[in-house]
Amino acid sequence: MSGQEFREISPSEFFYRHREIVGFTNPARATYTSIREFVENSLDAAEAIGVPPDIHVTLMRDEGFEFEVYRLRVEDNGSGIPGEYIPYAFGRILYGSKHTLKQMRGIFGLGGKMAILYGQITTNRPVHIVSSTGGRDVYEYRLLIDVEKNSPIIVEERIHRNGNPKWRGTVVEVFLEGDYQRSSSKIIEYFKETAMANPYAELSFIDPYGVLHLFRRSTTKLPPASREVKPHPHGVDVETLRRIINSTDCKTLKELLVKSFHRVGETIADRFLKTYSLDPYRDPASLTPGEIVDLAYALKNFEEFLPPDPSCLSPLGEELLLEGVRKELNPEFAVAIQRKPSAYSGYPFIVEVALAYGGGTPQTGRITLYRFANKIPLLYDESSDVSWKVVNQVIDWRHYKIDPTRDPVAVIVHICSTRIPYRTLGKEFIADRPEIEAEITRAVRIVARRLADYLSHKRRVEKAREYFSVYERYLRKIACFSSMLTGMDEPDIDKLLRRVKRWKGMEEAL
Amino acid sequence: MEGYGRSSMKERRREVLASLEKLGYDVYRTIESGEFPYVSMPSRSTRNILYDPKLRQYVLGGQTVKRTARNIRHLRPLTQLIWVATIAHQLCSQGKTSTLRDVFYMAQAFEVDFVDQYESDDIITDLETVVGLPREDFNIYPEERSSIFGDLTIEYTVPGYEGRRINLLSHPDGFVIGPTLSTAEFVECGAERVIVIEKGAMFTRLVEEKAYEKFKAILIHTAGQPPRASRKLIRRLNRELDLPVYIFVDGDPWGMHIAMVIISGSANAAHITDLTTPDARWAGVYASDITRYKLPSDPLTEIDVKRLYELKNDPRYRSGIWSKEIDVFLQHRRKAEQEAFSRYGLSYIVDVYLKERMEELG
Repeated sequence: MSGQEFREISPSEFFYRHREIVGFTNPARATYTSIREFVENSLDAAEAIGVPPDIHVTLMRDEGFEFEVYRLRVEDNGSGIPGEYIPYAFGRILYGSKHTLKQMRGIFGLGGKMAILYGQITTNRPVHIVSSTGGRDVYEYRLLIDVEKNSPIIVEERIHRNGNPKWRGTVVEVFLEGDYQRSSSKIIEYFKETAMANPYAELSFIDPYGVLHLFRRSTTKLPPASREVKPHPHGVDVETLRRIINSTDCKTLKELLVKSFHRVGETIADRFLKTYSLDPYRDPASLTPGEIVDLAYALKNFEEFLPPDPSCLSPLGEELLLEGVRKELNPEFAVAIQRKPSAYSGYPFIVEVALAYGGGTPQTGRITLYRFANKIPLLYDESSDVSWKVVNQVIDWRHYKIDPTRDPVAVIVHICSTRIPYRTLGKEFIADRPEIEAEITRAVRIVARRLADYLSHKRRVEKAREYFSVYERYLRKIACFSSMLTGMDEPDIDKLLRRVKRWKGMEEAL
Repeated sequence: MEGYGRSSMKERRREVLASLEKLGYDVYRTIESGEFPYVSMPSRSTRNILYDPKLRQYVLGGQTVKRTARNIRHLRPLTQLIWVATIAHQLCSQGKTSTLRDVFYMAQAFEVDFVDQYESDDIITDLETVVGLPREDFNIYPEERSSIFGDLTIEYTVPGYEGRRINLLSHPDGFVIGPTLSTAEFVECGAERVIVIEKGAMFTRLVEEKAYEKFKAILIHTAGQPPRASRKLIRRLNRELDLPVYIFVDGDPWGMHIAMVIISGSANAAHITDLTTPDARWAGVYASDITRYKLPSDPLTEIDVKRLYELKNDPRYRSGIWSKEIDVFLQHRRKAEQEAFSRYGLSYIVDVYLKERMEELG
């Protein structure tokens, strides 16, 4: 079993050996991934306490190395981390607050630590952390990660008195081998798209040339916070089930089902146990590994469980999504819609789709696609993504009288879920789960229809205006020529123009 | 009905101005009463072009078309039509002339641009149809190509030259038949006939060979299909001075048709009735002349033959010499140019051929 092997090397070592799978393939990609991981942790930290995020990122070239090294500093106004947790929160892989089922940007809680680990193995410099929860003290640490033991090494630890007014937030500073030249366009695109999906966040980025890229917030309204939920039986695998059983206090199977799983009540638990001929009073701890496998299989396949409750999700909402799209693209026309919650394999998800047309919408010769998962922009491997498939292969844009090669149209797809079905750990593209594909397709159809309506109205108005202006232009000339021919004053054409305006279809269009 | 007497040109001008102004008043009043202005005119579609055997020319039938400002597709041509009327009025009242090409360019200053000169020419034809007068009466002429030579004294009526007289023998290259000559009054004529010639080289030959003396003729060079100003001048010479007209063209279907247009008009100008000279005579080169005078000749091309069959369908070609000569052409399938007579020396054309022909035609 892979679980057995997994524990033989430390998680730090595992990720050290396989760092390319989480996006540290080369210095350019590592620069981008590091920024992204810290920024996303900061966004989560601010949203966790209901504060509109303020995130300031600085990337500076450090000349003290023979190769290209940058100092990356990310400062936020988030929750801050209690002093005693800081060494583990930053110095131990898989330790974190994110191991529950609640929609957050990070899932594994390892992205930020991977960035720290990457910085350490390329520059051998400790990570520098300053954090406060807004109380009396501000904690400052310099840490290294002991890769083999998967534990932090505290290089320096200081406690400061917090000033007045009390500062709250976290500053993380790492040194890392990087390549800004090759990553700059992705990094700036990342900030722009993050600003689009988080219009309530203020983001600033000072690049290595000293240029400030500022993304102002356009609203202070936050999306409703998400709630933590227990796992849904459809989404439980053998390993998760084993962990639940190991950590539970429940003495019977029925109690385990009702207390540890989402949307399982007594009635359904009874029906489930009866269907699979399981003893409701059996002690979960007595299940053999084989029985656990069977139970996981049964949970996944029992169709009478209620679908997962989407209250654990935190979608942006149509209003905020529209706000973000308008702010970053400044389009002539924009529309956003949110689909009803749905679920795949026991994981609830909500699809939100926006569409922008004209104005500042980039004209790229095809539909420009912006993909987001849990408010994170996805920038790589676009053509492998389910949204790409929907936009480029499923939808027939001609049906909406839209020419993707000529019309400036952008489609923005946001999927939020407690578990985004990424195809890889690098979190860059989403697998084409049929449930998700169907929801995206429906949503894109709706926004495309709205655009088609807008365009046809616009064309009608333009046509009516043009029609009217033809009458205006030529009647004026006819009046002028008739005056030249007769030597009399120009006849008044207003009466005629008013008649034209009253014609069918003209009145409402004008 | 003609009466191009001493004061006829001025009177004519007043008539023209009045009919253009009427068009302006009609439009003006319609707009003032809150209605869409419109113009009605006889249709110039092929179905409405009929041959009138009495007039011996093509005329427009009873169908009319209405251009109204209510219809968006009519707006532009209607505006252009009224604009052309305005320009024509200006030209006539100031005694100035302009060419078809000028009109095409003038439109740009008034932002009533024409796509090309075909469009502006067409609108000018519309105006002719609406007011029933040829464009020359509005002082709009095509580019001039044709010329005249002979013992005729004229008096100009255009501003700046009014009252000045000139004898058309005074310049051996001939006088261009332009607006000033077209509007001139005839004062004195020593000639007894008119010979119309298709080609410039033959016109020069006839001047050099003193054909004007030998035949007491006014020579007119049409340069191919004659412009309307020339056709009108030929008509006036025939009507006002009672001169018989002989038309001498190439011996092929195209030459024949030049003669026919001078005699009885073209379908293109079916809306205009005073350009024809029904009494004019076609004087050659006939198809039968090719064998009779053993002229150097060329075989007819396919297009020539096709044209001959087209002419056969035209009611004007169905009788007399016309139908006889078409048949001869189709028999020997050869054609000859006017210049073909040069094989017998430079004077042969005047001293032998034309002399014989005049005698034959009387």
